[in-house]
Amino acid sequence: MKSAIREVQDVRVLDLEGKITIGSGDVQLRQLVEESLQSGRTKILLNLKGVTHIDSSGIGEMVGCYTTVARRGGAMKLLNLPPKINDLLQVTQLITVFDVFDNEGEAVASFNA
Amino acid sequence: MQLLSSFENIEIADGMLQELCSTAGVEEETTYWVGMALREALANAIKHGNKLNPEKRVHVLVRVDPGRELCIEVEDEGEGFAPADVVDPTSPENLLRDSGRGIFYIRHFMDTVHFSPGERGGTRVELIKRLDKAGQGGFDEERD
Repeated sequence: MKSAIREVQDVRVLDLEGKITIGSGDVQLRQLVEESLQSGRTKILLNLKGVTHIDSSGIGEMVGCYTTVARRGGAMKLLNLPPKINDLLQVTQLITVFDVFDNEGEAVASFNA
Repeated sequence: MQLLSSFENIEIADGMLQELCSTAGVEEETTYWVGMALREALANAIKHGNKLNPEKRVHVLVRVDPGRELCIEVEDEGEGFAPADVVDPTSPENLLRDSGRGIFYIRHFMDTVHFSPGERGGTRVELIKRLDKAGQGGFDEERD
């Protein structure tokens, strides 16, 4: 998995690309979110536009990050969900857990709404 | 195919599946989801079956019968597994768990999933996807 970090206002945007799968991207995702929290960034937006594959470990890591961020008083939301990841969140009903956006501006604004 | 118990080897098996499906004319969407089921089965075999022991192997067989079915067998060399112990990840008390969705996804994307004791003492799982003449697997609403 490739990643890039951006700051938009007070929101940390993590642009992710490639695979979030067992033994590789899942660990990286956890590290990216941990580093964000350690640097005081508790509003985190995962931009999944470039993600081609995710498996149950990657989904589990997203859930783990979501709960970790919430426990620290922050929020983690999703941006640009590819159709196949949307399907995976739908069938496990996790789509009801995450806030999902197609527009970055709206996603960023939602953190301070 | 025999794989060492390393997650990197999941890519090799998935690559083999992609090639077989392409040659057999299996539709891309079906290949993608069957590939996901294979990846989940291999991850289970490597992590929970063989417990990442580098001396243990995962045995994989993929058979494509064009227009009829795609069959995958994955067998580990672990100590066995009881699929009845797997919890429902969609129930409210499990929704925020950070694991336990792999077998759920396998069952969702395949038509038949059968666990049995393997010949080597571990677990053998057989996955079957029915194919129509156009190579499409179809994903019914009922499976939800």
